[in-house]
Amino acid sequence: MDLGLDVEERDGFAVLSVRGEVDVYTAPRFRERLIELVGEGKHKIIVDLEGVDFLDSTGLGVLVGGLKRLRSHDGDLVLVCTQSRILKVFEITGLTKVFSIHDSVDAAVGGGSDGGSGT
Amino acid sequence: MTDTGLAGEAGAGGVIELEIPARAEFVALARLVVSALASSDSNLADERIDDLKLAVSEACTNAIEAHDAAGTSERVMVRCWAGADALEVCVEDRGHGFDPAQLPDHPPVTDPARLKFERGLGIPLIKALVDEVEFSPTVDGTSVRLVMRLGAAGTNGG
Repeated sequence: MDLGLDVEERDGFAVLSVRGEVDVYTAPRFRERLIELVGEGKHKIIVDLEGVDFLDSTGLGVLVGGLKRLRSHDGDLVLVCTQSRILKVFEITGLTKVFSIHDSVDAAVGGGSDGGSGT
Repeated sequence: MTDTGLAGEAGAGGVIELEIPARAEFVALARLVVSALASSDSNLADERIDDLKLAVSEACTNAIEAHDAAGTSERVMVRCWAGADALEVCVEDRGHGFDPAQLPDHPPVTDPARLKFERGLGIPLIKALVDEVEFSPTVDGTSVRLVMRLGAAGTNGG
């Protein structure tokens, strides 16, 4: 099982694009990559979940941990996600109220509070 | 409970048994087997198969963590079968048991303390995703039974 983690810079944000399945096996790599980014001084991070096929509570735990870490640095972690099966996991756990979730990286960079209002 | 196994009855009930090493990399295999069975042996909608996959992933993750905590190298048993009315999956671990009633309630999502809960989201997810869930202590661990009723529209409320 493969987990893709690519990082690029966009307007002062580090965009971490996640691909594949995030579960108890792959989550540690995801967590380490986030911690590395914070260690490199990147305190505004967009996690793009559009390429994620599966995400369970271990993946949620990584994101919550990342958000907490970044907030302690006055930073932020926002999400890009439009897939209903992934969004559902956030809805059930109430985390849609904790994370700012956008429709696209552009919308996330723009910082609009509701992702749909981009173009 | 012993491992006399339901496999012998597979002809009658179509029971599939999968014994996985209690290691993280095998959770994906459990998901794969359950979703394959759900696709081929039931008329469960794709969205509900995704729900079941996620619930199975959570149950197997808990099982593996229980084995880890108990320091046992025993395997985790995943049994599934498609009946006429329901698809059932049973995940049996041999870790230390736990009492689901003793799990702490999470603070409301608006409470900053909520961010302390990086873990413990698995069981609330399972409960929201499947039609029925039962946690039973066994002689040497915990059995989690997940039921998806066929033809049900899903139970995920708000």
